[in-house]
Amino acid sequence: MKLDSNIPEGPLEKKWTNAKFNYKLVNPANKRKYSVIVVGSGLAGGAAAATMGELGYNVKCFCYQDSPRRAHSIAAQGGINAAKNYQNDGDSVFRLFYDTIKGGDFRSREANVHRLAELSTAIIDQCVAQGVPFAREYGGMLDNRSFGGAQVSRTFYARGQTGQQLLLGAYQSLSRQIALGQVKMYNRHEMLDVVLVDGVAKGIITRNLVTGKIERWGADAVVLATGGYSTVFFLSTNAAGCNVTAAWRAHRRGAGFANPCYTQIHPTCIPQEGEHQSKLTLMSESLRNDGRVWVPKSREIAAKLRKRQMKPSEVKEEDRDYFLERKYPSFGNLAPRDISSRAAKEACDDGRGIAPTGFGVYLDFAEAINRLGRAKIEERYGNLFDMYENIAGYSAYDEPMMIYPAPHYTMGGLWVDYNLQTTIPGLFAGGECNFSDHGANRLGASALMQGLADGYFVLPATVSNYFGTNIPVGKAGKFDVNHPAFDAAENEVRERIDRMMSIKGSTSPRAIHIELGKIMLDKCGMARSHESLTQAIGEIRALREKFWNDLVIPGEKEEFNAELERAGRVADHLEFAELLCYDARDRDESCGGHFRIEHQDEGEAVRHDDKFAHVSVWEFKGAGVEPVKHTEELVFENVHLGVRSYK
Amino acid sequence: MSEHTISVKLKVWRQKGAQTPGRFVEYEVKEVSTSSSFLEMMDLLNEELIARGEDPVAFDHDCREGICGQCSMTINGIPHGRNRLQTTCQLHMRSFTNGETITIEPFRAEPFPLVKDLVVDRGAFDRIIQAGGYIEQRVGSAQDANAIPIGKVTADRAMDGAVCIGCGACVAVCPNASAMLFTSAKMTQLNLLPQGKPERHRRAVGMVGQMDAEGFGNCTNIGECEAACPKGISLDFIASMNRDYAVAKIKQLFGA
Repeated sequence: MKLDSNIPEGPLEKKWTNAKFNYKLVNPANKRKYSVIVVGSGLAGGAAAATMGELGYNVKCFCYQDSPRRAHSIAAQGGINAAKNYQNDGDSVFRLFYDTIKGGDFRSREANVHRLAELSTAIIDQCVAQGVPFAREYGGMLDNRSFGGAQVSRTFYARGQTGQQLLLGAYQSLSRQIALGQVKMYNRHEMLDVVLVDGVAKGIITRNLVTGKIERWGADAVVLATGGYSTVFFLSTNAAGCNVTAAWRAHRRGAGFANPCYTQIHPTCIPQEGEHQSKLTLMSESLRNDGRVWVPKSREIAAKLRKRQMKPSEVKEEDRDYFLERKYPSFGNLAPRDISSRAAKEACDDGRGIAPTGFGVYLDFAEAINRLGRAKIEERYGNLFDMYENIAGYSAYDEPMMIYPAPHYTMGGLWVDYNLQTTIPGLFAGGECNFSDHGANRLGASALMQGLADGYFVLPATVSNYFGTNIPVGKAGKFDVNHPAFDAAENEVRERIDRMMSIKGSTSPRAIHIELGKIMLDKCGMARSHESLTQAIGEIRALREKFWNDLVIPGEKEEFNAELERAGRVADHLEFAELLCYDARDRDESCGGHFRIEHQDEGEAVRHDDKFAHVSVWEFKGAGVEPVKHTEELVFENVHLGVRSYK
Repeated sequence: MSEHTISVKLKVWRQKGAQTPGRFVEYEVKEVSTSSSFLEMMDLLNEELIARGEDPVAFDHDCREGICGQCSMTINGIPHGRNRLQTTCQLHMRSFTNGETITIEPFRAEPFPLVKDLVVDRGAFDRIIQAGGYIEQRVGSAQDANAIPIGKVTADRAMDGAVCIGCGACVAVCPNASAMLFTSAKMTQLNLLPQGKPERHRRAVGMVGQMDAEGFGNCTNIGECEAACPKGISLDFIASMNRDYAVAKIKQLFGA
């Protein structure tokens, strides 16, 4: 596997400009001869499909939901970062770049992150122009708030539903292109394989989720924008349908998978309650602008609070441990996610958790309500408080919220070069499904930024360059869906479905997914060790055996069959989970969201830059066969690899 | 968060496909935690059906936190159930009593053809957006975001419409199967903002035309849609749309 990051020449701040100048262009009259497939319709996929359609390419876009407007980007709550410095508080492109590199625990590629910071300002302009109703001040200017890991206010927001508004903006642009015939949209279609002709991506195989029909689609290039893999933990803040299948299928076909062990466990989610649960609900990080995180100082008081023999408001000030403010005075409650999550776990492991299960800490708004009044808090977070009351059964205006970390985002993903191309020529990856910008930990309000940067600005430029460089006009659109490679891929998809359907055992796909989630959360969650990961690998293999021997799928394959869909996704998770554990075991250091208990200093992560300042890129060698690791060394020319302190 | 369990009887609409007749089938779900969500109760039912070798109930869902708009069930006659400002996925079993019978149907409306059981096709909503629910704006052509000041009141009002999740409860609850709440929420958001003004007449004619072509009925001011809307979108938006549409048609008449 050859890893050429293709980072452009020149100083950091000139790299993107130089890259764009050197990219080959396709003249307007020739654009219509090229076609591209986009899988996924979220911020990255929806924006890329709309923008490439707008440029004049023929686009086919696929999503598994009933409409492109449902993609899970829609659930992002808090906001989107941009280095506009509208607040005059010292922000700049370089500061956003620096915060992101540091927030990622010095495990991301400088050139990519700088491009992201540069594009951040254009994203806000673009979104406002398309009618995204961001929050405003009375004077008519855009409002901002703060997010974790930053000391400036650079987060733009639309109430507690920024993701929704940005996604609908992209969806509307996409809709316009659909109406113009530039984009053909295929809803309720799931990609089950990518097709390579002579080593180059030329199409995909899909299953129509309504009829069960297996179909093949060809194009001059394929873009995956299929999101992350948090559902490998079963319980996560992701949508029920989120899955790793598209990325995993690409990996099986030869695309390198980078840093799968970098998973983000978000500190502020509603704690798990019981076995019946199907997902965990996020409470936006923006709440930490006004909420204070605490547990009691003593285990005795915590025990009383758990049994509800005492109200949280009855705990005296001096008996409270505002542990984030205590440990990280300069960032306080806005410490980054990985650090905040670990601190909450540490407090609960110490026996001071306050939820009935023992796994929960308070997020308290009493002081903010006193200071600002209930109306102001309602205006800022009203919908979040309603969501909380609805799930938890009581109001956070009266009592502090109970929160606990939950799997939320995955920084790892398909390895891509600077042009977002995977190790398979012609196969691109954007948004959460690539590994590129967040290193070992993503800062809040940066996922939306990355999705839109990739979708509106990066992919349209780099895919055009791919066409201009690799596919002469005479060969544009000359892919052949009757090529033997398409036959082979389609047959494999069919055989796999037949194999799953024919097991006729007694365990449902959901039951196996729940078991997988328990293994992953317990042994590969917020704290990992060589021993726990080795155990996990053994258990995953056993579970995979069980899946292929005792699975039951009701119904038929050629109809709407939600269990068959789920089974295919769980099957891929069962292979992927093993890779995640290999990577976590191999990375013998702690960094960002990857915490190895062997490498810590009083609970703080200890990196080993001498051995691990690289991207781990894995090559598939067969299911159940140990994958092969390749590395991309990370070169830091503009930042100093410091100890990541938020104290 | 007091947790206890209840048993409920379900009358669920089962239908293989649009071309086959459907019927209600009764089930009992025992020992459901009151803190589980309605969809988690449905998961439990489906796991039991799979164990018994029966076909599980098909239903749409995705985010399970009330924002994607994919879940769609009419529960005891009301889309998304009786609690205000909630989607089906946000409804919890603590809202039901032990032994209660719950009737579950798909979102019924002619422009939402049935796919299977509780799953319907809401593609008509996508086509309404495609007919003008956007601002024509090319990537790369935007000016600085603060170049056009937009007063907070206008921005907030636009946002009140923009919160629509496109679930279709407004259509399912309306005796006329009218899509005017959905259409007006998006139209008003865009027509109110300075960025959307240049296309407001074209947008009004396009979106309303598509809405009619899809077979949605007219609004007769019953107001059920506002009551059923999980995002609390107000009927006032329909009035704004009617005004925008009337102006657009008059302008069209005079060739303006």
